[in-house]
Amino acid sequence: MAKGTGLLEVKGLRVAVAGNEILKGVDLAIREGEVHAIMGPNGSGKSTLAQVLAGHPAYTVLAGTARYDGKDLLDLKPEERARAGVFLAFQYPVEIRGITNSYFLRSALNALRRERGEAELDPIDFLQFLEQKLEAIGWDDSMMNRPVNEGFSGGEKKRNEILQLAVLEPRLAILDETDSGLDIDALKTVAETVNKLRGPNRSFLIVTHYQRLLNHITPDVVHVLADGRIVKSGGPELALELEAKGYDWLRDAAMVS
Amino acid sequence: MAHVDQLVGSYRAWAANGASGAPDWLRDLREGGIARFHELGFPNMKQEAWRFTSVAPIAEGSFELAKAPQKVPTLEEIQPFLLFETGHRLVFVDGFFQRSLSMPLFDDVQSLARVATEHPDLVRQHLGKYAASENRPFSALNTAFVNDGALVHVPAKAAVEFPIQLLFLATGGKPVVSHPRNLIVVDREARASIVETYAALDDGAYWTNAVTEIVLGDGARVDYHRVQQESSRAYHVATTQSHQGRDSTLNLHFVAFGGRLARHDIGAVMAGPGGTLILNGLYLLGGQQHADHHTTIDHAADHCESHEYFNGVLDEKSRGVFTGRIIVRPGAQKTDSKQTNNNLLLSADAHADSQPQLEIYADDVKCTHGSTVGPLDPRALFYLRSRGMGEDEARRLLTYGFAAEILGRMGVVSLRAELDRIVRVRLAA
Repeated sequence: MAKGTGLLEVKGLRVAVAGNEILKGVDLAIREGEVHAIMGPNGSGKSTLAQVLAGHPAYTVLAGTARYDGKDLLDLKPEERARAGVFLAFQYPVEIRGITNSYFLRSALNALRRERGEAELDPIDFLQFLEQKLEAIGWDDSMMNRPVNEGFSGGEKKRNEILQLAVLEPRLAILDETDSGLDIDALKTVAETVNKLRGPNRSFLIVTHYQRLLNHITPDVVHVLADGRIVKSGGPELALELEAKGYDWLRDAAMVS
Repeated sequence: MAHVDQLVGSYRAWAANGASGAPDWLRDLREGGIARFHELGFPNMKQEAWRFTSVAPIAEGSFELAKAPQKVPTLEEIQPFLLFETGHRLVFVDGFFQRSLSMPLFDDVQSLARVATEHPDLVRQHLGKYAASENRPFSALNTAFVNDGALVHVPAKAAVEFPIQLLFLATGGKPVVSHPRNLIVVDREARASIVETYAALDDGAYWTNAVTEIVLGDGARVDYHRVQQESSRAYHVATTQSHQGRDSTLNLHFVAFGGRLARHDIGAVMAGPGGTLILNGLYLLGGQQHADHHTTIDHAADHCESHEYFNGVLDEKSRGVFTGRIIVRPGAQKTDSKQTNNNLLLSADAHADSQPQLEIYADDVKCTHGSTVGPLDPRALFYLRSRGMGEDEARRLLTYGFAAEILGRMGVVSLRAELDRIVRVRLAA
């Protein structure tokens, strides 16, 4: 199951938002190329984990560490994390008025390229680059000249996150409930694209409430988060078990422990 | 009231001397204007339409009527303001038409003063018929001093191929007032695109009091753009009034960058059924600037559609005021009207007032409005930062988006590019 070397190691992470402790000691280790799924009931802290790893300023880290590629992840600004290869696909992507998707993506890509000491892409070079990416994932360019997420359907917003993932080529992609609000066709499209983007140099942390996304994306490891702690970890079969039995038996286990 | 009297006195002197050769109808129009202004005086903040804007700096200031410039700028000096290599261009300096800087390609794009004298019928038929003066002292004052300005007349079924630029430049040396008056008449099924620009050659504390009337015949289409980039010490008061015939399309674009104090009354009457109107505006202010846009869309006929979008970007101690009045008259059924006003506050000292005013007297209509006032959305900032953009870059991009959203609706490429450039320069400062 273990693939490459360690990429992310979270230890004893405790996080609060607005004075409420949400994560109460999370341990998690992801190696290069691995796909981990985090499942759990509503309010268990799944999204908090995703957001705090991306550096959302609303969350306060109370204790614990998160090492990413040898760096102290929690010490980095959100943009520094992005430039180091961390990507969060948002549960609720934000609308950006007046900025086309294409312009936005180019600005983001150039921010990463500057970090890597590569030349920035001008609009024409970027379009060529984008066309290759779109072709690779089998998508058209219909979303490119619309303002970012503005007037997008729920499904389009989620697809747009995955498109950004494809363009920005992160080393650690965190998908925060990317499956929520998707109909079955959109879910399949998104899952197929994620599968195409899997590779030895890219790890995924997929946060989801339901098992159905994992029918299409087979994870290496499944974790169950309940009441701010990972209470169980296992292989893909754990997701099926959760689907059959629900979360209550694990939540009770969390209370006891 | 000292200043009202001064202006009336200045009018009397001018009417007896500089304007004494006017035909009777024009003299009557002017007399009506000054009488109305004298009666109304300057507006004050107790009046509903002026709640947020004090015109005291104008009312208590002292402005001489602008004289024809002694030294006309060269073509080279005005080059930065010229948008098009080809097409009609009328240039005015301190309100006076400058033949040598202009390119009136045919008689129908002309100085209003000349046409009013030589071919009075068209001017007489339209001038002052749309921009009401009853309760608008500045419009009345402009009418009193009506003299020079642009006349654009596009006859039925004609199409003007290139955008027409009307350029009003202030020399800015002295505290003078000019009253440009423009009349744009686009007859049935004709088309035109117009860019009207107000700019300064020098950083003076002058006052511009402009009025533009735009008349569309049935099935006509007009793209009208107005760019206000007066000096940062100038006072800019303006009225733009449009009147649309049946099945006509009017796209009105307004951009305000300049002026210490600017007030713009924009009125659009949809007089015939099936009309379409876009009212698209941006104010981008800093320092101590104050800009007030007071818009009224009058749905006087059925089956018309109006979309109004105004964005404000307010930095430092600036203040933006937006009023969006929409009237749906009895019988104006199937009206579809949307209005949004979004204000971005870039500093704790910036301020925005936004007030929609819907007056709906028909029952089968669709009217929506929304307005926002606030700083940059922290969720959006985090979103951009999570994609690798630094905080400054993220702020600049989001702010630029506020402006770009409005500029993106303009179809004239060279104008859009120039405005885009100005916005980027302003945001980088």
